[in-house]
Amino acid sequence: MKIEALYTEACNLYGDAFNVEYLRQSVPEAEIIRTPLNGTPRFMREDVDLIYMGPMTEQMQEEVIRRLRPCMDRIRQLVAADTVFLMTGNALEVFGREIDCEDGRQIRGLELYDGCARRQMFRRYNALFLGQLPPDDSAGQAIDVVGFKSQFSHTWADNEDGFCFQALRGGGIHPGSVREGIRIRHFFGTYLLGPLLPLNPPLTRYLLHLAGVQDPHPAFEAEAQTAYETRLREFRDPRRRAVM
Amino acid sequence: MQVRFYLALWAAKLSQPLLKLTGHNATDFPGQLALKICPDFLRHVAKPEKIIAVTGTNGKTTTNNILADVLADKGYRFLSNRLGSNIISGIATCLLGGVTAGNRPRYRLGVLEIDERSSLRIYPHVKPDWVVCTNLARDSCYRNAHPYYIFDIIDRALPDSSVMILNADDIISCRLKEGNPRIYYGMGPQPEDRDAPFNLVNDARVCPRCQAPLVYDRVRYNHIGRAHCPACGLASPEADLLLERIDRASGLLRVRQGDTEVGFPLLNDSVFHIYDQLAAITALRAFGLAADEIADSLSRTAITASRYTRETVCGVRMTSVMTKGWIAPACSAVFDYVRRQPGEKEVILLLEDPEENRRSSENITYLYDTDFEFLNRPEIRRIVVTGVRAGDFLLRLLLAGVPREKLYHAAETEEIPSLLALQPETEICLLYDLHQTEPSLQLRRQIREAIRKETTI
Repeated sequence: MKIEALYTEACNLYGDAFNVEYLRQSVPEAEIIRTPLNGTPRFMREDVDLIYMGPMTEQMQEEVIRRLRPCMDRIRQLVAADTVFLMTGNALEVFGREIDCEDGRQIRGLELYDGCARRQMFRRYNALFLGQLPPDDSAGQAIDVVGFKSQFSHTWADNEDGFCFQALRGGGIHPGSVREGIRIRHFFGTYLLGPLLPLNPPLTRYLLHLAGVQDPHPAFEAEAQTAYETRLREFRDPRRRAVM
Repeated sequence: MQVRFYLALWAAKLSQPLLKLTGHNATDFPGQLALKICPDFLRHVAKPEKIIAVTGTNGKTTTNNILADVLADKGYRFLSNRLGSNIISGIATCLLGGVTAGNRPRYRLGVLEIDERSSLRIYPHVKPDWVVCTNLARDSCYRNAHPYYIFDIIDRALPDSSVMILNADDIISCRLKEGNPRIYYGMGPQPEDRDAPFNLVNDARVCPRCQAPLVYDRVRYNHIGRAHCPACGLASPEADLLLERIDRASGLLRVRQGDTEVGFPLLNDSVFHIYDQLAAITALRAFGLAADEIADSLSRTAITASRYTRETVCGVRMTSVMTKGWIAPACSAVFDYVRRQPGEKEVILLLEDPEENRRSSENITYLYDTDFEFLNRPEIRRIVVTGVRAGDFLLRLLLAGVPREKLYHAAETEEIPSLLALQPETEICLLYDLHQTEPSLQLRRQIREAIRKETTI
């Protein structure tokens, strides 16, 4: 199994790099490829099973778009071939049509999906997130997902037929939406950020299964499951504040 | 507007004795009230003639305290918010305490710790003559997003006239207000330096100017060290006030400024506190104090005990260090300090925020930016966690490679002393978050009692 993490020296703001470390510890035999900003992604020359990229500064979004634009034909091909992509936080936005800045500037995105992110640098949205990954052939039943959101922007896109999680608390892809993220086949782009995988052993199992691991077992599964269940109980408690 | 301002000033002033009577004298309610009545209260309230501001992600309180201690020792009367808050309401509370009912300033000097996120609301009206920025690093993701966001806020808000006192070893904050007059402080090569980044996080892996990979010549922690960009030529600036040597044997910092070398008493030998001390010394020199005057006062100064204490009870050493939860570089710096201490250790982690966990559920993303791997050392014999987030800490420690048998979970804080091996020559390291100050004091008392009981038996 090959897992490629893109630009971890710059796309890692909130403990996100540990998603890849968690995958490494969960599948010790996997080859982990960390592609730096000045490198060519491995997926350009060979197939990989899972591609990860985490959140970044606003300035870095433009740099990442510049670096990935020449790779877009290949990325579309990989998405069509059911390669697993996990893009967390504002990494989701670079794959949209555009990012609109407060000063009127529009940054053209990679146009994998038709969505527009709008930045408001003085209105940070912070929330706990509780949602469900809808059931499918791989998941069997719906999977509860917990996580954190902390962002300056929201994306306006029609994600009715392609979202990651049905939001129960913490909101969807934009204010008023209850559908979180963008999903295209096995491409998952979500505003959830940080150590999403250690926080969600069932989601980790699901993604590893999609990436071809037979009977996956996340690292320290029992301890991770205990922490996950504690958080799930807390997030389900309506007395606890979800939006900060 | 004048009427509104005076109404705000008098109402806020009147509230102060009432708050004192009810035992709430440390609150920033008077400032909140003043700002509610007169939103541009800060613009109108009279300020001291000269202001030193201290900002930055880590170390601003310690730096501010050292500055205030030395100035007080030298007999200066000055306005300070060291006992209050550093956000706009705290600054308003502090400034209204510094004027008469007729809005005449009672102090010629102000020493203010200023929250970096509040810069845009404070600096348009409070224009510091000197600004100390200790460093910029990742902080609470909810509030501070990332250090470059905070950089932009401070850079936009500060006046062009302020003299910037900056950490030459921080390639992010050293670029603040590039057109302003500036004085850099820093450290020369030290034996503990590394030649490459070694923390999980480094907020300056790529050049802040051109995004090319940065090359580190030496690293002290996170991105603090010396770096240069081979692509655009950006490089850490030379320090005007340079720590050449930490003379632990004589307890002195050997500092060079120009042709002069001075020995300043070492207040604490952890690298982050040494940086705070250098920041304060540089600010005091810029303010006009002579080096030997500063050294003299520092000999009577200590890092505030609530943040760092060391004691020995019946041969068992106990070190308590305030370790700011949510701020990964601060936690990692403390973990690094703990692992560098000689001898066997037992570590207690009281890092969760109980109030946040009652109100909501604490955001624990910072745990995965923090180098728990530093605690995976043979000399650290056990690590005790407690609280509602104990499961998160246990998982993180396991992922850091700490053997399961070294991890202990206390259901209640009171249980912790019974889980420790309280033997002479062992060091107990209690690392606690700001929100755990009271429980940590209580726990220290319980540990002391347990040690005494153990040694009596």
